[in-house]
Amino acid sequence: MGTTLAEKLWTSHLVRKGEDGAPDLIYIDLHMCHEVTSPQAFEGLRLAGRPVRRPDLTIATEDHNTPTLDIDLPIADETSRIQINTLRSNAEECGVRIHSLGDADQGVVHVVGPQLGLTMPGMTVVCGDSHTSTHGAFGSLAFGIGTSEVEHVLATQTLPLKPFKTMAINVNGELPEGSTAKDIILAIIAKIGTGGGQGYVLEYRGDAIRALSMEARMTVCNMSIEAGARAGIIAPDQTTFDYVQGRPHAPEGEDWDAAVEYWKTLVTDEDAVFDTQVDLDASDLEPFVTWGTNPGQGLPLSANVPNPDDIADEVDREAAANALEYMGLTPGTPLREIAIDTVFLGSCTNGRIEDLRAAAEIIQGRTKAEGVRFLVVPGSARVRLQAEAEGLDKVFIDFGAEWRNAGCSMCLGMNPDQLRPQERSASTSNRNFEGRQGKGGRTHLVSPLVAAATAVRGTLSSPADLVDAPAALV
Amino acid sequence: MEKFTTHTGVGVPLRRSNVDTDQIIPAVYLKRVTKTGFDDALFAAWRGDSEFILNQDAYKNGSVLVAGPDFGTGSSREHAVWALKDYGFKVVIASRFADIFRGNSGKQGLLAAVVSQENIELLWKLLDAEPGKEITVSLEDRTVTCGELTVPFEIDDYVRWRLMEGIDDIGLTLQHEEDITAFEATRASWRPQTLPAKHLPSVHIEAARPVEA
Repeated sequence: MGTTLAEKLWTSHLVRKGEDGAPDLIYIDLHMCHEVTSPQAFEGLRLAGRPVRRPDLTIATEDHNTPTLDIDLPIADETSRIQINTLRSNAEECGVRIHSLGDADQGVVHVVGPQLGLTMPGMTVVCGDSHTSTHGAFGSLAFGIGTSEVEHVLATQTLPLKPFKTMAINVNGELPEGSTAKDIILAIIAKIGTGGGQGYVLEYRGDAIRALSMEARMTVCNMSIEAGARAGIIAPDQTTFDYVQGRPHAPEGEDWDAAVEYWKTLVTDEDAVFDTQVDLDASDLEPFVTWGTNPGQGLPLSANVPNPDDIADEVDREAAANALEYMGLTPGTPLREIAIDTVFLGSCTNGRIEDLRAAAEIIQGRTKAEGVRFLVVPGSARVRLQAEAEGLDKVFIDFGAEWRNAGCSMCLGMNPDQLRPQERSASTSNRNFEGRQGKGGRTHLVSPLVAAATAVRGTLSSPADLVDAPAALV
Repeated sequence: MEKFTTHTGVGVPLRRSNVDTDQIIPAVYLKRVTKTGFDDALFAAWRGDSEFILNQDAYKNGSVLVAGPDFGTGSSREHAVWALKDYGFKVVIASRFADIFRGNSGKQGLLAAVVSQENIELLWKLLDAEPGKEITVSLEDRTVTCGELTVPFEIDDYVRWRLMEGIDDIGLTLQHEEDITAFEATRASWRPQTLPAKHLPSVHIEAARPVEA
């Protein structure tokens, strides 16, 4: 019997097989750090007198806490300032490469790794952040870890792990125009639930996945964690190789040829068996938006706010009722009529250049709805530079959007970019939990296209809703 | 991690059940960047009460906590174990522990000893009768001794072995350092390294400013 891609990645990183119930020891190719989950790990190393085993496989950047305004001034919030200064001194002391605020390679850790060419197929990638699953888009085993594990990786470049189960998610058919990778993953989460992936590595397969660009594939893998899975992967192909080639850390010459030859073997064998299979037809997939307070509470944009009384499962019914109360929504209201206060375009889910281009194309020549705040936060400083080189910043600013510096920003509101109580957002980020974007804030997760159209109309909208929409979209 | 075979220290009777990790250390203390120095945060909400057991002179140097059932429930925060250790506790005795807390204890070298509630009551009586009385915990014999009373405790064999050897997870992994080094020798040359750093040329990043309302 053949093996799955996930099993191949596991086996190729097996340092030592666990005996008598002990876990396997797995080698880690790339460890990324940020300011929030790393300080106690570095402190632990210091207390134990242990060095960082492989500074040359470690990289740090500042993202969770960083302000997106006035980045040349001292950080106003004391906690954030201390955490960032701690990361800087830890990096210096341990010889770890760091990209700080103001550096052209600073940005959200999951945007920075791929753009530097540090993320490539066939690797194991970890970070003290659950959205590390993003890097699985390259055909790598990538997952988030806790602070003790961060310390473990710093000290040993390995992790003791128990094997996981495998789930194939087959997405077939051609994605309609106006629907995106974000809609695919929101539909998958709505289908299998926020706990559906627990204990599994998800492998996204099928025509619709193969047709996605690298950045779109990252959007899909990014939200694997929202389905409860620790990791999501997509087998590498020519799209992957083309994206990696020429990036700063991409292999060159003979190394490149050897790498590609190996990467081409990174597929699930035809006779391999997954523990579970899920199918999704992309050909009739509408733009998806969430109405509740977990990412599984999503529906096509043409639907109405659900009535909890119609939900058979008692636990789901109560969760829906609680969510609607928090969100301030009435059952039966068309989702398209929900008025939005703030649109957030950014995050490790949708903060890359293609996301900015897609949104800019929608708003160009149009007018922002009155009273709507539109925050555009590039995923990294390089993404910002690229957008400025293409003139996208002007498109956003002329439209009335705020053009910000890179970081996690309003995705989790650890910096000043937060929703006020009861303020409602359409957000291209990944979590609509209560209070996630600010205490009392109400989040609707959307694609960049829906975010842009919503900023034009002021209510949840798709590009097809715009009066002067191109014929193909109507 | 220090090897743990036997520990003798002042026993502290904490006559409460369901002591959750929010009570052990409130969330407000999680913003710190250190792994030590949480001793003041331990039971922070209760420490303001002069009657609280750790505010009584006899128990100030306590190192063996004898608690009610279901100790360490709630949030998974590792800070709860750090706070107990920082205060000076080496052992927590209870009839039931929350799984995550027990796991975190094992990782950090804090002994979580499971003793029947019947025997916990006996220990509480002895400690109440003579505040500041010492307790001896033998991991080797799996016993708790207080004066004339000796009672057994339970602990997972694998965790016991690790504590007695003084091996934390990292220490355990480093026992296989030769395997790690051997594995590293097999890694292909195309696999990326972060150092020496490679990137596109540096460019000045213009700071965004607040939009005037």
